[in-house]
Amino acid sequence: MSYRRRSKDELAARVARDIPEGAVVNLGIGQPTRVANHIPADREVLLHSENGILGMGPAPAAGLEDYDLVNAGKQPVTLLPGGSYFHHTDSFAMMRGGHLDICVLGAYQVSTGGDLANWHTGEQGAIPAVGGAMDLAVGARETWVMMDLLTKQGQSKVVAACSYPLTGVACVKRIYTDHCTLACGPQGLMLLDLVTGLSHAELEQLIGLPIAS
Amino acid sequence: MIDKIAASVAEAVAGIPDGATVMIGGFGTAGIPNELIAGLIEQGATGLTVVNNNAGNGEQGLAALLKAGRVRKIICSFPRQADSHVFDALYRSGQIELELVPQGNLSERIRAAGAGIGAFYTPTGYGTDLAKNPDGSSKETREIDGRHYVLEYPIHGDVALIKAERGDRWGNLTYRKTARNFGPSMAMACRRTIASVHELVPLGGLDPEAVVTPALFVSRIVEVPRQPVQAGGFIQEVAKR
Repeated sequence: MSYRRRSKDELAARVARDIPEGAVVNLGIGQPTRVANHIPADREVLLHSENGILGMGPAPAAGLEDYDLVNAGKQPVTLLPGGSYFHHTDSFAMMRGGHLDICVLGAYQVSTGGDLANWHTGEQGAIPAVGGAMDLAVGARETWVMMDLLTKQGQSKVVAACSYPLTGVACVKRIYTDHCTLACGPQGLMLLDLVTGLSHAELEQLIGLPIAS
Repeated sequence: MIDKIAASVAEAVAGIPDGATVMIGGFGTAGIPNELIAGLIEQGATGLTVVNNNAGNGEQGLAALLKAGRVRKIICSFPRQADSHVFDALYRSGQIELELVPQGNLSERIRAAGAGIGAFYTPTGYGTDLAKNPDGSSKETREIDGRHYVLEYPIHGDVALIKAERGDRWGNLTYRKTARNFGPSMAMACRRTIASVHELVPLGGLDPEAVVTPALFVSRIVEVPRQPVQAGGFIQEVAKR
């Protein structure tokens, strides 16, 4: 196999490419936050933040931070003209009520059927924390995952059944990884694209599961 | 004359009993009622159940309340953070009980208490470990129009400590940016709501179209100075005035 994996920015750009004009999008904390940097300037997308922002803008310049204006990751952000603030219960009603078009989340594991595990490793002594992950996973019209395909030990994070505790059942529609883009759901995995130099058969070998084309 | 204004934080938080369920607003650096939490520590109530999104950061605010040994149980969505060492130590040594709730369920359970709802079915958490009761039994579920839901009950509070931006002697409140977060729902859910504001204005001084928390949800209101760098502070606009 001779291929180069997508860098974090290439992966973020790949996700951004699929976000259509006019979409209302929630980007989860961690890697998904990076997607905002790759949405083309001529494409108008409304970013939602769970703590009460619609129309969230980029991070402020150094020295202009306003600590009353932070994102879900608790970092200072800005508000675009036209943006609005609302309280938490309304913000989660936007999710649960199906008013968000897309949310992009990180993951420990995703199953072929779209089960998501991203909140807890279940390790002894680990302190669990869930935040808004479960609400986002089941609330948005489309839940997309972006993650490295393989763990540091080389095991596939796309699995037949999640071994980590679930965040949501059958909620993920697409999986964007450093190797490939996959659709998942009741019909199993389907290949949408893969990096140059990697073959379909080689990808199936890495994941250990059949992938329809 | 209705006058909910307390002359000091100590006066505002007086009488909070031991064993009370105390809701505390705030998310990240925004909307944490630090002065009221400091007042609660000073006031001395103990054996508290605290409802907050997190479980304290660093050594200040909620973390200081935990460190003082006043909290028996915490109901929150995201206790584990880089600087949540006070909570982590208490939890690992079994000195604090944790009820972990998905953030939207937390917020909706608070709202439900304030809105007189007996319980509600939510899709969030269905099929996960958080659809279980503390004793390990499963929460009630129901399939409605082909979708699966979990039955969740309201969280009622004795006292809410929230941070707003402006208020008047009736208790009307406006907020600033994302400092609004849990404030409006917590104000509804508690028998007694204590709000700190950065500015008290005369009646009529708030645009009625812009009032977010109407007066009847607020019991006491106290003015505290802006803290330019910490939670609730803001640098630019203070400087411009």
